[in-house]
Amino acid sequence: MDLATFLIQCLNSVQYGLLLFLVASGLTLIFGIMGVINLAHGSFYMIGAYMAFALAPIVAATFGGGFFATLAVGVVLAVALGYVLEWVFFSFLYDREHLQQVLMTYGLILVFEELRSLLVGDDVHGVKAPPLLSGSLPLGELMTYPVYRLFMSAVCLALALGMYLVFTRTRLGMMIRAGSTNREMVQSLGIDIKFLYRIVFAAGVAIAVFAGMVAAPVSSVYPGMGNSVLIVCFVVVVIGGIGSIRGALVASLLIGVVDTFGKALVPEVAGVLVYVAMALILLWKPDGLFRAG
Amino acid sequence: MTSKRLTLGRLATAATAIAAALAAPGALAQGASGKLKVGLMLPYTGTFAALGTAIENGFRLYVDENGGRLAGREIEFVKVDDESEPAKATDNVNKLIKRDNVDVLVGTVHSGVAMAMARAARENNVTLIVPNAGADAVTGPMCSPNIFRSSFSNWQPGYAMGEVVAKKGHKRVVTITWKYAAGDESVKGFKDAFTKAGGQVVKELSLPFPNVEFQALLTEIAATKPDAVFTFFAGGGAVKFVKDYAAAGLKKSIPLYGSGFLTDGTLEAQGEDAAGLLTTLHYADGLNTPRDNAFRLAYAKAFKLQPDVYAVQGYDAAQILRIGLDAVKGDITKKDAFAAAVRKAKIDSPRGPFTLSGAGNPVQDFYLRQVGGKENKVVGIASKSLADPARGCKL
Repeated sequence: MDLATFLIQCLNSVQYGLLLFLVASGLTLIFGIMGVINLAHGSFYMIGAYMAFALAPIVAATFGGGFFATLAVGVVLAVALGYVLEWVFFSFLYDREHLQQVLMTYGLILVFEELRSLLVGDDVHGVKAPPLLSGSLPLGELMTYPVYRLFMSAVCLALALGMYLVFTRTRLGMMIRAGSTNREMVQSLGIDIKFLYRIVFAAGVAIAVFAGMVAAPVSSVYPGMGNSVLIVCFVVVVIGGIGSIRGALVASLLIGVVDTFGKALVPEVAGVLVYVAMALILLWKPDGLFRAG
Repeated sequence: MTSKRLTLGRLATAATAIAAALAAPGALAQGASGKLKVGLMLPYTGTFAALGTAIENGFRLYVDENGGRLAGREIEFVKVDDESEPAKATDNVNKLIKRDNVDVLVGTVHSGVAMAMARAARENNVTLIVPNAGADAVTGPMCSPNIFRSSFSNWQPGYAMGEVVAKKGHKRVVTITWKYAAGDESVKGFKDAFTKAGGQVVKELSLPFPNVEFQALLTEIAATKPDAVFTFFAGGGAVKFVKDYAAAGLKKSIPLYGSGFLTDGTLEAQGEDAAGLLTTLHYADGLNTPRDNAFRLAYAKAFKLQPDVYAVQGYDAAQILRIGLDAVKGDITKKDAFAAAVRKAKIDSPRGPFTLSGAGNPVQDFYLRQVGGKENKVVGIASKSLADPARGCKL
């Protein structure tokens, strides 16, 4: 591997890592901070991607907007979806065993997949990147790099920074962190913890949906797409340390590097490398890299 | 211990034989006149649901064209949704064989599920017609006189493309696929033909199924600078690969060739990025033969849909069944005569006539197709009367 190829692979690693963070950060909120095992997280990502595909013509017809208008509408819908889901389903789960959470969220996966099948069908679809970002930059002798991928990376970094600031610097962030440590105590201090959690959950869903919508032009839109990201999201959250946003970012980048160079250098075992990395890290630090609290 | 097991085994065999003898008169009496039960084991939910439906539509179309009867016997369908789930396959197929007592099995799309069906068909001596799954083993090590395939083996389109790429004068090729049976077998076929013609596969890239993060491998391709790339992907992976290949700027400099599934049912999503791609498959748009035109018209009328390669395979599965049934006057218990007739027959398929090899796999023409608009238009025949080598089949 010469230097140019090495550098391009580094870029690929970072870019893939940031994409992973984008999807996994919502799971960090729901699983890491609220303590609910949410298998349906991949479904929210899938819903986002299908929204990018199915909403675009509707949004264009009503508001006359393009990709970014669709993103905005999608996020609003996602917050509403998250709010309702928390209210109807998840709010009953906080005190239950993890097994019951697994069962219910697995049920939700089936429901969402079936609804998707009924509403949009089982075909594979492509989503066009907005014209502004559809160009590409030359890279090395033969390759070019799509501008849209760079845009995605920028979005991920902005999101990471935003989440970090909200959690460490704002009153809301402080309440959420306190709530994840001790619900009852926070409640007894006069904070409406139920409402707070509903907001956090809605934010987690919105981030996953947003990730799906942003990723759609690159990943294309197909049935079962959520399931493949779900597992790697859990890996990221567990490696990073449950509940830590900084940890999720570091873990995402780490997985990006391991996966990219694994595929390039040792393709025979690329499929298991990520999990080997996870096992090693957990042996070294059983709580993950940056466990919160 | 061994001897005890042997005796038990013999006892069981004897008991089965007696039971069969007792049951036989009834079965014979029913033989050539009653309804013929066709067990359709196809995916009706999940990723391959559309394929399962197309296959069933094709099968039904042929049965309906013959007034709902094949060789004088009314056809009754028993359907099972296999969910493309290999873990449930054995249970599902046993339900059809033992509970529903089907006379013939038809299925399926997923290769892992099809392998379980082939195993059950062998063990229970039931006739099986595979209308899609391309696993080489079904007509390789798992082959049986009573197992037929109306589709293809994974090896075949790969081999046909190997010949094409060699003829175009490419010398150094990189292959890229998912690391699973269909991908490996397709690349194997490509390599067989391409190296035979003097070409060299300089790198075999793969990634775990169904991973779709191709960027690292595309960078490897760019660094290797081959004359051409051969690929096998299908469905969502195919869409993403074609788009990523174009976005990485490689489409301009390194021509991409693929097994037909790269561009089948995916063109809508691939859009401009697929334009001009060359693939090989046993069916294509624009064949414009009277047989194909008639089929397409009838299919479109019956189902308000355009047929695809899966519909053709379903249709031909029904044709195979009819040929066998005709030879035994509807009495499917005469397995030997049924199998012999099918292996001798020429099947008048919309794709063009084909025969079945000794191992039960189609010996058929593979078309070279080029993507234009939303169609895979035929540009010629890549490989004439191509037969799978049926490695490991002892028939």
